[in-house]
Amino acid sequence: MNGVPGPVGALDRRSSRGRRSDDPGTGRRARGWRAGLAVALLVASCGPADAGGDPGDPDAVAGELIVFAAASLTDAFDELRAAFVDANPDIEVAFNYAGSQTLASQIAEGAPADVFAAANATQMDAVSGAGGLAGDPATFTANLLTIAVEPGNPLGIGGLTDLADPELVLVLPAEEVPAGQYASEALAAAGVEVTPSSLERDVRAALSKVELGEADASVVYASDIVASDGRADGVEIPVEQNVPATYPIAVLADAPNPTAAEAFVAFVLSDSGQRILASYGFTTP
Amino acid sequence: MTDLAPPRATSTSSGVAPPRTAIVLGVVGFALLVLPLVSLTLRTPWTRVGELITDPVVLQALRLSLVSSLAALVVSVVLGVPLALVFARYDFPGKPFVRALAVLPMVLPPVVGGVGLLAAFGRRGLVGQPLAEATGITLPFTSAAVVIAATFVAMPFLIVTVEAGLRMVDPRLEDAAATLGADRWTILRRVVLPALWPSLAAGMALCWARALGEFGATITFAGNLPGRTQTMPLAVYLELERNPEAAYLISFLLLAVSVAVLVALRDRFLRTT
Repeated sequence: MNGVPGPVGALDRRSSRGRRSDDPGTGRRARGWRAGLAVALLVASCGPADAGGDPGDPDAVAGELIVFAAASLTDAFDELRAAFVDANPDIEVAFNYAGSQTLASQIAEGAPADVFAAANATQMDAVSGAGGLAGDPATFTANLLTIAVEPGNPLGIGGLTDLADPELVLVLPAEEVPAGQYASEALAAAGVEVTPSSLERDVRAALSKVELGEADASVVYASDIVASDGRADGVEIPVEQNVPATYPIAVLADAPNPTAAEAFVAFVLSDSGQRILASYGFTTP
Repeated sequence: MTDLAPPRATSTSSGVAPPRTAIVLGVVGFALLVLPLVSLTLRTPWTRVGELITDPVVLQALRLSLVSSLAALVVSVVLGVPLALVFARYDFPGKPFVRALAVLPMVLPPVVGGVGLLAAFGRRGLVGQPLAEATGITLPFTSAAVVIAATFVAMPFLIVTVEAGLRMVDPRLEDAAATLGADRWTILRRVVLPALWPSLAAGMALCWARALGEFGATITFAGNLPGRTQTMPLAVYLELERNPEAAYLISFLLLAVSVAVLVALRDRFLRTT
């Protein structure tokens, strides 16, 4: 019995409760296990306190920073993080990428976040209206709508009017998400009636249907075409038909780490931040 | 067992009462499972049910969910019961492996199932591409895709339940029927199926509930279009952005169906012993 380690011994202890005192070895194991659990709980309970940064130095950009960012920002913000962490090595940046409205409702439900970067003003206003912002939002970038087609544009789609073809498998972002809202505004302004096959839950899901070859076309952001890295081509929508998305960013009122949040927002607005955004297909607002 | 700890007032009907720590942890576990359901019920906008339930988005999702989940149930019975019969009555090389593959969707993340369905039945899929070239039929973004996705995730629940039921049918009854000259179909129809009925009903209820709740494979493989592929779970997800009250109401309806299924299966899952 003494030679049997681990789970077998533990299992045996449970089934021979009455004889526990006969075996000092299992008793020791049980105490060790409880001590281990206590340490784990202690470490877990210390986690959030550490995440707020070093309480001794309120100006230090350190600890954990949680950024809620629109799904369309995924690749650009991943590179922004690398540059930001290079400049502030004590910070850990975690991103939650999703549709802006999902993020806004998560914030409204009390999700812990320091910074909110939305793909439209509506969702930022919703958070602002509920008193969720620490200050005024700043518009930090813009994104032009583009028609996503399969590589090489095999169907020769030239513009929004070509999307009216009922034979075309067109997938749009749902109107509940900003990209879908802008796409429907652009289509309406151009007088184009479409019969979409699916209204996807976010712009990346819509693009992926084109990349997988399941859809012939979609309307996405210019930045998504850059991110697709050749798996989809973009057909430009002329400026007069375009409804560009403008992206506001703000520090949240309940930010666990406001110092780092301010620093991150400043970095996004800085020249180096803007250069990174431009390299991912974003335009200056 | 009588020489062990004396029974307490709170002890269970058999065995020794668990340590107090276990009771506390158990209560916490119960709260974790039940609190969201209670909270959901409290948030359901009861005063506006009449108006919300006639919202076209809700109605369309309701109808599509009912039709597609029942269609998935029919497909699952037609294909799943024979498969359960094969598993229960035949031995063949590699059977454990084949059986594991057949029930894999029970533990597979549904969105992975959706990606797999696209790879198989998508326009560029293994089967989907030849199908599209030969017939012009493409499955993604159709109501048929909703049924296929629901069948993929739900049929294994029927298979395992029916197979377990088949193993409990006394083979001597079938032997007796055979000696009396009954053919295989007659034995299946007159002997096996009547004895199997409770398991089949339980399997069908589980299968239907799983089909009704299907989300990940559906949104990946069938997309989301109100009236065609937007089922109730998809509507919950998207309405939460636009019309949270409708989302709460649909969520409550799905919860009520789940409770009803559990009550219908109470002999299986809610036995007190």
